[in-house]
Amino acid sequence: MVLVYIDNSEGQIKKASYEVAGYGVALAEQMGTEAVGICVGNVANDALSTLGEYGLSKILNAQNEHLNYFDSQVHTKAVAKAVESTGAEVVVLSHNYNGKALSARLSARLKAGLVAGAVELPDTNNGFLVKKSVFSGKAFANYELKTDKKVISVNPNAFGLHKKGGTATVETFDAGISADDVKVKVLSVNKVSDTIALSDAELVVSAGRGLKGPENWGMIEELANTLGAATACSRPVSDVDWRPHHEHVGQTGITIRPNLYIAVAISGAIQHLAGVNSSKTIVVINKDAEAPFFKAADYGIVGDAFEVVPKLNEAIKAYKASA
Amino acid sequence: MKILVCVSKVPDTTTKIEFTDNQFKADNVTWIMNPTDEWYALVRAVELKEQHGGTVTIINVGGAENDQIIRKALAIGADDAVRVNAEPTDAYEVASQIASHAKEANYDMIFTGKETIDYNGFVVGGMLAELLDLPYISLASKLDSDGSKATIEREVEGGNEIIEVSGAFVVSTQKGIAEQRIPNMRGIMSARTKPLQVVEPNGEGALSTIQSYELPPQKESVKLIDAENVGELVKLLHEEAKVI
Repeated sequence: MVLVYIDNSEGQIKKASYEVAGYGVALAEQMGTEAVGICVGNVANDALSTLGEYGLSKILNAQNEHLNYFDSQVHTKAVAKAVESTGAEVVVLSHNYNGKALSARLSARLKAGLVAGAVELPDTNNGFLVKKSVFSGKAFANYELKTDKKVISVNPNAFGLHKKGGTATVETFDAGISADDVKVKVLSVNKVSDTIALSDAELVVSAGRGLKGPENWGMIEELANTLGAATACSRPVSDVDWRPHHEHVGQTGITIRPNLYIAVAISGAIQHLAGVNSSKTIVVINKDAEAPFFKAADYGIVGDAFEVVPKLNEAIKAYKASA
Repeated sequence: MKILVCVSKVPDTTTKIEFTDNQFKADNVTWIMNPTDEWYALVRAVELKEQHGGTVTIINVGGAENDQIIRKALAIGADDAVRVNAEPTDAYEVASQIASHAKEANYDMIFTGKETIDYNGFVVGGMLAELLDLPYISLASKLDSDGSKATIEREVEGGNEIIEVSGAFVVSTQKGIAEQRIPNMRGIMSARTKPLQVVEPNGEGALSTIQSYELPPQKESVKLIDAENVGELVKLLHEEAKVI
């Protein structure tokens, strides 16, 4: 059996969970077994049953007052108990913020081989091989797992959303967590609520120091808004606080894999590329034709961002209006 | 405050990645301390020691050639170091060796960087926490402690969480928690004589093996579009790339 971890926050299922549900279902089909979800947190049964659309037949729902916030130690115990009670051979999670912490802990607890950041479904024809990105996107490694139990965390946007139709039954699951298990206290959660989370975004518009100042970000936000994209920035921009740190993509910021990455006035230093080079399509807009980013781009426009970006925004609006 | 900082050795960011016979080609590679281990984990640990007193111990799992980066960590301000003399093949092997040492030494805090830039797993900190049955706070961008209670800011999707933890814990660190420090001459001199203990591995093996490597397909050269004709880009994104 394949057990899929349904990540959630404040009662809401995260988008990444729908992606891993589809991945878990596809893997289970390959293995000739079934895929079941485990949700640890505070999500209503009705919301969980929608995961059936992605092919999960059953969801175990572990709810109690000690599980409202993500705590890797407590959630590991809860998921390990679900592994034990279902006899799952493979646990699938998203390689997102929570998934990174949880997959590592589960691997150590279950003595299960781990592939952290899978980019494809496992090859189960001859053993169990899982491909993962290494050396900051400059190569791939095929990991072989021989342990009885296995843990796979899947890179966000690597598999995509695959609806199959159906409904899932939801069962209450007693994770056996009491107040004594909880060692950390969440004092506050601070989120920018009305924007698309960068790590989940399929489309991203990003800009660099070439924009000269934070007051010039209006056109970037407008373009992102027209596309339904998230906004991002390069390191120098977040270093001088023109943009918040959570928008910083690159080696020291976050790594993203959107379908479309539009880089405006970013030269494309190797440290920046490390965070974005797994994007499916890269568009570079830069007035310097020699900018190294053009070598990593699929499409490029050599031109002044202040002229090109508003025009591109209008062109996309026109395309959307006609579509 | 008794702090352990886990440091890893990685190829420099600008390294050209090549493989021969499915092994990473290590000739002509410049090896460095993993950036987030050095800039964030180590520097914040040293700052906490400077504020509150205590010790900072470095741990690395690797061969004698790693002593060079261990000495650099000592030059930046750590007090002593442990090197587990093993050639680990996966993250579990690393975490297990560090856990064996940490179990006996009773650290108040264990720091790691957020990820290594070679295998990009974000894994060792979480595994270590599980093996030691400690809380694990990942991707910390701020950390303060009075010795018994720590307040940590960690990144989550589209924002952050403020977390309080009492007692020992493991934390992975990222940008925001500290600023890179360049070791000064006094640090470099004193690092030569600071204790570096070499211990033998616990015999625990890896849980995974790398069977082969691949390089990404060669990127086709960029299609340039005239700045006066952005409509062409929109068309290509829709019809050719199929991303909008």
